[in-house]
Amino acid sequence: MTIERVLLAHGGGGRLTKELIAQVLLPCLGNPALDPLDDAAVLDLEAGGWAFTTDSYVVSPLFFPGGDIGKLAVCGTVNDLAVKGARPLWMSLGLVLEEGLPLTDLRRVAESIGTWAQSVGVAVVTGDTKVVERGRCDGLYLNTAGIGKVVTPLPLGPASIRPGDSVIVSGYLGDHGMAVMGRRSGISFSPEISSDCAPLWGLVSAILATACAVHAMRDLTRGGLAGAVCDLAESSGLGMRIWEEKLPVRGAVRGACGLLGFDPLAIANEGTMVVFCPGAEASDVLSAMRHHPLGRSAEIVGEVSEEPGGMVLLVSSIGGERIVDMPTGEDLPRIC
Amino acid sequence: MCLAVPAEVTTLAGAKATVSVEGALREVDVSLVEEVAVGDYVLVHAGFALHRWGYAEVLEWRAIQEEMMAGEEPR
Amino acid sequence: MESDPGGDDGRRRAALSASLLTTVGALVVAMEDRARRIGRPVRLMEVCGTHTTVAFRSGIRDLLPAGVSLVAGPGCPVCVTPAGFVDAAIEMSRRPRVVIATFGDLVRVPGSESSLEQERAAGAQVKVVYAPADALAYARSDASRTVVFLAVGFETTAPGVALTLKAAKEERVSNYLVLCAHRTMPRAMEALVADHDVQIDGFICPGHVSVVTGASAFSFLAEKHGIPCVVAGFDELDILRGVVMLLSQLADGRSEVEIEYDRAVSSRGNKAAQDIMSEVFEECDAEWRGLGVIPGSGLAIRAPYSDHDASGALRVTVLPGRPSPGCRCGDVLRGSIAPPDCGLFDRGCTLSRPLGPCMVSSEGACAAYARYWRRSRS
Repeated sequence: MTIERVLLAHGGGGRLTKELIAQVLLPCLGNPALDPLDDAAVLDLEAGGWAFTTDSYVVSPLFFPGGDIGKLAVCGTVNDLAVKGARPLWMSLGLVLEEGLPLTDLRRVAESIGTWAQSVGVAVVTGDTKVVERGRCDGLYLNTAGIGKVVTPLPLGPASIRPGDSVIVSGYLGDHGMAVMGRRSGISFSPEISSDCAPLWGLVSAILATACAVHAMRDLTRGGLAGAVCDLAESSGLGMRIWEEKLPVRGAVRGACGLLGFDPLAIANEGTMVVFCPGAEASDVLSAMRHHPLGRSAEIVGEVSEEPGGMVLLVSSIGGERIVDMPTGEDLPRIC
Repeated sequence: MCLAVPAEVTTLAGAKATVSVEGALREVDVSLVEEVAVGDYVLVHAGFALHRWGYAEVLEWRAIQEEMMAGEEPR
Repeated sequence: MESDPGGDDGRRRAALSASLLTTVGALVVAMEDRARRIGRPVRLMEVCGTHTTVAFRSGIRDLLPAGVSLVAGPGCPVCVTPAGFVDAAIEMSRRPRVVIATFGDLVRVPGSESSLEQERAAGAQVKVVYAPADALAYARSDASRTVVFLAVGFETTAPGVALTLKAAKEERVSNYLVLCAHRTMPRAMEALVADHDVQIDGFICPGHVSVVTGASAFSFLAEKHGIPCVVAGFDELDILRGVVMLLSQLADGRSEVEIEYDRAVSSRGNKAAQDIMSEVFEECDAEWRGLGVIPGSGLAIRAPYSDHDASGALRVTVLPGRPSPGCRCGDVLRGSIAPPDCGLFDRGCTLSRPLGPCMVSSEGACAAYARYWRRSRS
């Protein structure tokens, strides 16, 4: 009798756990650091700055157009490191599995993690597996931590943002959010909208290679562009103006937002970033981004100013301004 | 107060139509508008259609919009 | 088809923007001309929440001539729904096997003590739907659950809800119930005119309600009460043109119902929608938050459909409920104060922690002010 689903015993730390790791996880993730399956991986860190990040992934459904929870986990980790100017090197992987999860699904996720990690040169060096009773987690939850070597002397962060900086986005807004949630409201897309989930280290390297004075970068995730710029405006105490006409948004994403009453600025991305650099250098940065496959649709969408401090304004086509607020945290379709 | 958007009718099956707003597709109820045909536009609110425009009307309306954009005199 | 912001499409849009600004300029000149001819301050009420939002977002309020002010009215269905309606929904959600199906707009609205969002966190089954048809489909798919659809909205939304009630009755979907809180606009606008605290010189009438009712539903306001009315669409230009038309009426001493949104609105409206509304619903008296009970301003489910009336089937009465202490949503909805005049505005009551429905609803006047009105302008 073959085991086709995750059982509670798979989380017990005994024989079944070892089998699960050996048969499902190691074939996809194995590397010299992970293979011994020690309590901890020992890493040799050279002198200099190191970036360290952590994230958890609870997306449902596990598989969606353009990706899956595994790809999301790798890209999310890589991107958090990349926007701090750190080359991603190692990550940990914690899995919480729901009793009853088909092993084929687990295998698909593991393969995805392996493929994407390898594509960026990141090794999964340590991990953990737990199983909870049916109904206690939505199929599968992942947690990662990532370590990267800071390769730039630039002090990237909100404290470096200055009045006169340009605001550049690397691609279309809201693709991930729509790919995942459009279906919930009965919306489909023609052509299909895929999640923009992607690892951004290559694009960041291209930007850093310009030797332009980049001030800050942020990986757009939940809350979309609005979440990211509101956060940075608040942290930096500066004001930002975004020009509505310049925002790259796919027609179908805009259409779905129109039907459901969503704001494209607040819909999630998972492979798109916002970059702040001095206005004088913006066209060089933009050019470098557009030369990279993940930055072909990059646009300069706004600028930073002293006032109104801490706020983000969206400028409409006839010059009207509205305040962009921090998204509340739940996208709810509305009728009015 | 009432979010409603124009959408193009792409398929039709009795009282239900699939409409497209720039490529975002959704099934809506068209029983409250008359003689809908594929290619028409309908005004969609909360999953049903309130008003219908024939394709000729849409073209006319777009021409008026372009005229307005070009600086037509207000009434 | 994707837009190519940097290429042809971007150039086209830039050209349109330039022309748009010229048109806007011409409309501003027209407004100033009429305001001069009127020669006294006038208050125009934009009834509909979407108009309030667009007027702010596009900066139209800043373009109005001196003496012309826009005041927000009660055209936000969520805002005018009494706290007691949310209380009744919450009570139903605590019954076994009941699923509350609701538009997203209601999820964060505070009732007297709690909200659907909080109840969901405490274990209630709350399902957000985009369409009433989705709630009915859900009821069909799971006979073990009683689905209670929260029917809020004006004449724009009521026909869609009526369609689901008719289908539920014909197909005997006995587990589909509707808790009805639909409101209708004309009587409410009449009540505002009769309210001496509120000075209204003209109405920008709700655009999508008019698609259903027809612009003639507002004729009595112009004819009996002498108030100019214009049914305006929802683009920035629509609203500007609507204001110009209202000011023209005032300058000429006319009071009529004119249609600016003529691409979607006719004088008589959508007969099929009107017919199904009167088949399924009947007029009733209704409580509007802040306006009290307005006779004939609500819709109730007719007797033949009473099997699907949640308040009867689940034996729950909708009471007015209690607003938060200090909440002045009622006064805002009547147009007698502007949101910043409320003591709680931006202090206890904010976009992230709303105390009243005018702040919760994306088209509530308080939310519009909080988003768009800058403290530097007063």
